[in-house]
Amino acid sequence: MPQSLAQAVYLLAAVLFVLSLAGLSKQETARRGNLSGIVGMALALAATVALALDHSERPVAVTGSLILLVLLVGATVGTWQARRVEMTQMPELIAVLHSFVGLAAVLVGYNSFLTEPADPAHLVEVFLGVLIGAVTFTGSIVAYLKLSARMRSAPLSLPGRNWLNLAMVVVCGGLLAWFLVTHGVLPLLLMTAVALALGWHLVASIGGGDMPVVVSMLNSYSGWAAAAAGFMLGNDLLIVTGALVGSSGAILSWFMCRAMNRSFVSVILGGFGTEGGTVVSSDGVVGTHHEITAPGVAELLLGARTVVITPGYGMAVAKAQYPVAELVGKLRARGIEVRFGVHPVAGRLPGHMNVLLAEARVPYDIVLEMDEINGDLAETDVVLVIGANDTVNPAAVDDPSSPIAGMPVLEVWKAAQVVVFKRSMATGYAGVQNPLFFRENTSMLFGDAKVQVEQIMLAV
Amino acid sequence: MGARPAGAGADDRTLNGTTSDATPGLTTKERIAMQIGIPTESRVGERLVAATPKTVAQLVGLGYDVVVQRGAGDGATFDAAAYEAAGARTVDAAEVWASDVVAKVNPPTSAEVETLRPGATLVAMLAPAARPELVEQLHERGVTALALDAVPRVSRAQSLDVLSTLSNVAGYRAVVEAAQVYGGMFTGQVTAAGKTPPARVFIIGAGVAGLAAIGAAGAMGARVRAFDVRPEVGEQIESMGATFVQAEAAQQAVSADGYASALTAEQEELTAQMYAAESADADIVITTALVRGHAPTTITAAMVAGMRAGSVIVDLAASGGGNCELTVPGRTVVSDNGVTIVGDTDLTSRMPQHTSQLFGTNIVHLLQLLTPDKDGQLVLDLDDPVVRGMTVTRAGEVLWPPPPVQVSAAQPAPADAAGPTPQERAADAARRKQRGSVALALVAVLVMLGVSFAPAAFLGHFTVFVLAVIVGYYVISNVSHSLHTPLMAQTNAISGIILVGALLQIGDDSALVTTLAVVAASVASINVFGGFLVANRMIRMFRKDA
Repeated sequence: MPQSLAQAVYLLAAVLFVLSLAGLSKQETARRGNLSGIVGMALALAATVALALDHSERPVAVTGSLILLVLLVGATVGTWQARRVEMTQMPELIAVLHSFVGLAAVLVGYNSFLTEPADPAHLVEVFLGVLIGAVTFTGSIVAYLKLSARMRSAPLSLPGRNWLNLAMVVVCGGLLAWFLVTHGVLPLLLMTAVALALGWHLVASIGGGDMPVVVSMLNSYSGWAAAAAGFMLGNDLLIVTGALVGSSGAILSWFMCRAMNRSFVSVILGGFGTEGGTVVSSDGVVGTHHEITAPGVAELLLGARTVVITPGYGMAVAKAQYPVAELVGKLRARGIEVRFGVHPVAGRLPGHMNVLLAEARVPYDIVLEMDEINGDLAETDVVLVIGANDTVNPAAVDDPSSPIAGMPVLEVWKAAQVVVFKRSMATGYAGVQNPLFFRENTSMLFGDAKVQVEQIMLAV
Repeated sequence: MGARPAGAGADDRTLNGTTSDATPGLTTKERIAMQIGIPTESRVGERLVAATPKTVAQLVGLGYDVVVQRGAGDGATFDAAAYEAAGARTVDAAEVWASDVVAKVNPPTSAEVETLRPGATLVAMLAPAARPELVEQLHERGVTALALDAVPRVSRAQSLDVLSTLSNVAGYRAVVEAAQVYGGMFTGQVTAAGKTPPARVFIIGAGVAGLAAIGAAGAMGARVRAFDVRPEVGEQIESMGATFVQAEAAQQAVSADGYASALTAEQEELTAQMYAAESADADIVITTALVRGHAPTTITAAMVAGMRAGSVIVDLAASGGGNCELTVPGRTVVSDNGVTIVGDTDLTSRMPQHTSQLFGTNIVHLLQLLTPDKDGQLVLDLDDPVVRGMTVTRAGEVLWPPPPVQVSAAQPAPADAAGPTPQERAADAARRKQRGSVALALVAVLVMLGVSFAPAAFLGHFTVFVLAVIVGYYVISNVSHSLHTPLMAQTNAISGIILVGALLQIGDDSALVTTLAVVAASVASINVFGGFLVANRMIRMFRKDA
């Protein structure tokens, strides 16, 4: 197969990838976007396999069967994972997949170093490719461990952690110089070790509440790793695709940060929730809360004309999305207007709540974003807060001394009546007490969200 | 019998008698639950009761024993069986009045006070400011008295504010009474037999009662105009769908305790002119102006004379003497020119079921506040400004009037001294922006310098890279928030494109390179397959409402 034909196919694939991402920005075109991505990938792989067989230095049969084996492994494991994963575990799966890209980038980098001539530009490319790949690899693994609760989600705060990160970057710079001078594999190996440690430390010092940002940031890194691989291999398709993914991940992270009113840098450098005085700021918010029972909530709902449900991570934990969806169906059948208000950082992954609700077959046109619903909350009769805490905390608006001050929140307290589903009176991820619970128009419904929603459904 | 063991009644009585004498300071471990008594209201024509079966169940839930006087709920159609099903006992008056806590609606008569046990707690509307002799009698009796009508107006105490509850009911009922007397329909109609205009309702005072009246009249289809001397409630009036009537220079600021205060002479003159014009134009006037129990005159006899025959005035301030000069408290009268003036003072008693339920819930909220441990033991915490404000007497001590409580609803003074002014902040932001631009320019120059030393092949790739970054930025920046997760899975699959690089290396003749490449290609291909499939699975779940 001539090189130029392969290039033409690569160009087509790159265009299809752009169309794929563009398609995924709207519900109506999302399926088409997914499909064009698959077609693009299939084309690119077909051309690559042809090229690989064509350029093979081993017998074609050997190379061919190796490639077949690799694709078989990928297809089997990938399909199995994709089928098996529960929607609540989506963040973990995505983190693991990121780590695969990182690992592949490291290995491809080493291979490129081993096989290709050592001119300085190429060496720099290899060095950077391995560096980014290694950081992505360990970073994603830590993110996975934190998300699947196999590691404490509280931020690790080593003394002078920013200096530590900086020192590691400086060491890598020194190793690059060494590498360029000697062309030896030792500095590359040392740098890989340092970069692995850097990735680990970077993500370990970010709190679990910031995971939506971290996951999308790692998404971005995996893109940059692919782009770097493209540079060292001189492959434009890798560069284009990597850059697309890299910049889209960066944009997503930035959206997340804006939604939490935090600077991007402070999230990346980690340590949110460790600065002094954030643990208790309960002064002035202690008070009595009113409890309500499930039949009481049912009565409220049946008397309401408009209901808004604001889900949070607690709904995912309790797997309450199915009974919630069923309840919504019942209420809507009675002519009650029910909508969902989703905070941008609800859950552990951007858009996590939307996916869970979609899984439970809630129509997406009644699932609204924070900015769309906030204006309507004042005219809402009943708001159900299911497993959300910090994202509905009025202290973010009222209390300038609160650690979450200035974070945009769902202003549920403006509704006539708020019912908060909660396991206990404990604080949320940010460790901040929530004055919402003590408001006059707030009632607390304690217990497992799923059980409680089922109880309400029985009473409706 | 509910929560009590059968037959334990008589024993508990004596035990209660001994423990409660020393109540707040008592530290005996096994304390007997206190008894709450709900007597029949003695006021003539009163149909309310201080607890309904629903609120009785809540009181029992707080750990109390509840006794209800036989027939107490008759006026509000709650029978003994319902109370007993909720966990109360129905007993005679003597046993109710001998309870540790007696909760009722109206102030007790002096004979009733004499039946209270010394050391007992009385919860009722007491009007302590207007009835010093009652306060004195309670004091002499050694009773702890909590005035439900003296709840400080802080937002935390709203749930125990019976005045809001009663005002709300009265405001609603005022409209119902007006509709009964008025000779027309509230809503405008266009029929084959011609059309009728909607009733014009003018409401004076937009407190709780006024706002409730606005809501009720609006819901019946009337055109509602409303006035209040506090300009800040204009927004609330408009939010209820009424027109806020403004009288030039006649508005005053909110007073520190949340109640309206009296007007100055000049303001009064202008307001009176506005009242005359508005009432002459209205079919129905509802007045709700009560300033601390006194009713200022808003509608003079001359204004009534200027109204059309058949118009209706409902005077909700009749109990305080009336806002209308012609009001006869407790009665409905018709003026010489045919204007009906409703001065009835028992509007809340005319809807005894719901009023009792709301009133009873206020009492439950109060007892929740006073029963921190939910163990049926009443604890009076005088450091709590809400409790302090309501406490008129405590076991032989007169605590009325309480120290003033600042209302929390008042806005804090704008622009605190602390913190930078908006201008400073804007200047700061501009400076930061400037610094950012400078840094960006520096980086661009450095990158260009670096790139110009790079080999030509790199330059080509670099061009592609920069353009792709920009394309990625624009493609993603308008992505729908709800699709973030599928998008991430999709980009994840796409970044598995690194598989291309690994596949090309598999054919290398070095065993090491081939091994590394196989591993890399395997993990990358998991990524490709898994990512696309999972994205697809998620996207298929999103469905539009059919």
